[in-house]
Amino acid sequence: MDLYEHQARQLFEEHGILVPRAEVTDSPGRARDIARRLGGRVVVKAQVRTGGRGKAGGVRLAEDPEAAERTAREILGMNIKGHQVRTVMLAQPVDIESEFYVSYVLDRAAGRFLAIASAEGGTEIEEVAALRPEAVARVPVDPAEGVTPQKAAEIVRAAGLPPRSADVLVRLWQVLIREDALLVEVNPLVRTAQGRLMALDGKVTLDGNARYRQARWDGQETSHDDPLEAAAAAKGLNYVKLEGEVGVIGNGAGLVMSTLDVVAGSGARPANFLDIGGGASARIMSDGLSVVLSDPAVRSVLVNVFGGITACDAVADGIVRALDAVRPTKPLVVRLDGNNAARGRAVLAERAHPLVHQAATMDDAARLAARLAHIS
Amino acid sequence: MAVFLTEESRILVQGMTGAEGIRHTRRMLAAGTNVVGGVNPRKAGLAVAFDIPGTEGRGSTPRTVPVFGSVREGIEATGADVSVVFVPPAFARAAVLEAADAGIGLAVVITEGIPVHDSVAFCAHAADRGTRVIGPNCPGLISPGRSNAGIVPADITGPGSIGLVSKSGTLTYQLMHELRDIGFSTCVGIGGDPVVGTSHIDCLAAFEKDPDTELIVLIGEIGGDAEERAAAYVRDHVTKPVVGYIAGFTAPEGRTMGHAGAIVSGSSGTAQAKKKALEAAGVQVGDTPTDTARLVLARLAERATPSDVTHS
Repeated sequence: MDLYEHQARQLFEEHGILVPRAEVTDSPGRARDIARRLGGRVVVKAQVRTGGRGKAGGVRLAEDPEAAERTAREILGMNIKGHQVRTVMLAQPVDIESEFYVSYVLDRAAGRFLAIASAEGGTEIEEVAALRPEAVARVPVDPAEGVTPQKAAEIVRAAGLPPRSADVLVRLWQVLIREDALLVEVNPLVRTAQGRLMALDGKVTLDGNARYRQARWDGQETSHDDPLEAAAAAKGLNYVKLEGEVGVIGNGAGLVMSTLDVVAGSGARPANFLDIGGGASARIMSDGLSVVLSDPAVRSVLVNVFGGITACDAVADGIVRALDAVRPTKPLVVRLDGNNAARGRAVLAERAHPLVHQAATMDDAARLAARLAHIS
Repeated sequence: MAVFLTEESRILVQGMTGAEGIRHTRRMLAAGTNVVGGVNPRKAGLAVAFDIPGTEGRGSTPRTVPVFGSVREGIEATGADVSVVFVPPAFARAAVLEAADAGIGLAVVITEGIPVHDSVAFCAHAADRGTRVIGPNCPGLISPGRSNAGIVPADITGPGSIGLVSKSGTLTYQLMHELRDIGFSTCVGIGGDPVVGTSHIDCLAAFEKDPDTELIVLIGEIGGDAEERAAAYVRDHVTKPVVGYIAGFTAPEGRTMGHAGAIVSGSSGTAQAKKKALEAAGVQVGDTPTDTARLVLARLAERATPSDVTHS
């Protein structure tokens, strides 16, 4: 889960990293009041979980409270790369003397975190990394030791950062560990004209698997833009809305992803990804089918299950239950193999619903579902 | 010989007394796996009775598996060398650290939903202690007819000449099913999390050395660059034929597709890039699981007609 800038900023502040004074609002009127409190001149920043806000016009300087109100009104409601701006942050401007870049990212290949730091670039770090890779230091961090003051000094030396930034590096590591983050980035870290080191902007990505021990972000979870995604999430289903017309339900992330590809290869477009998971019950199958069938873009549904832990007869029972509860008007193609497949196929054959078709293989099932999506 | 497991592998199950642990220990026993004990500090000294269904309806066999208070006690009492971990995410880190400290050779972590910081910690610690970790969030590994450490259904196929390594559990089953007539030396599900203990490369190296493995199937998916690195390894070190499959061509950028590690970020981690890298390394890549199985059969048929026959 990516945090908004103001949430990342809050974590930095809690861990003792200096940040500019700032407040968040969703109202232009309050933006004016905030600007007044902050001294009149403020930076107005769109709060969206995507990069490139500046280029899109989502970050602007306002000279006085009236300008802040006007600017907030213009930015609120903007669409930046598909993200609607619901709140803005107003921050006190800072006299920047120099800009740096620091982050901790997961190095999947090495199975550990890596410090990435540069004395150049700040906001232009990606260009610096591409054009002059030697200007960007990459220092692996031993997971057992973490970032000690000694380690921080090593990173500082490797990147050519001001010596005092070692303290920021140690604190940023604490953010990563204590908050169960997968990424923490300060960009830019600036030295102000007064000689202070300050995090001007930042990004934090939290680990969804750690939510059980990081309960503070519950309820601040991504508001699902799509109502079907919200409905699926409420039922605990692993669902992603896509752009096509064939609904896809299966068990196991790999098999479902593969099914999407096979559908695409059959000349149709998948309408969604829905993984009912391992050991799915009839109820989960039925819930999943209800969610997919309530998508108006769906013209046919493909259920592809290879029963390992999941029993195919439970899946078939769930389909039958959903047929009675949802009364679908769209065709369903079902492919069952593996654990209790024969019993599952028999359950569906016995029900003999006119809209339910069985297929022998995944490829056959995808072809049939694609064809039915085009003729129904 | 099989990869990472043998008939002699003696298996402890951490979390055996939980619902999942009980269910899958029964399945492992039914597959002929030598499960020698469970671990649960609160139930040490007890034993769990299993009724193992016989093959082809030939009645059932009772089996009793003792529960030990720690992995160390389990090893001392039974000579166990493999641990399969079913404990819940909040306790998985401690469980794997304990197994590594007790000197287990192989820890197979089935648990799903472990925080990445925990995986980073226990993978690093285990590597320092010489313990191989498979997983987390994986189906484990099976050498059909010999041993089954994890949750892979044992009845899909039998022993044979194919080695399989996969990020995805269900695609492992799908390919085992497609190639059931040939059979497998070992199938390893390495898991789809961002940090896993055993990589595609580790498995490629083991299959290359394994005399029972004639051909290798490599299954990948979007996210990270493990497949690209595996491709480079195949090019430089693998002499056996390798057939690949990648899932996630239709996955949109920035959305996690089920597995925690399956996400396309910007231009990196795409299925297209992975396929290209594998093909450049001489790996044939199938378009669908069925197509992949067809490529495997064709490669095996080529090998069955040796080109170096001496004509008299």
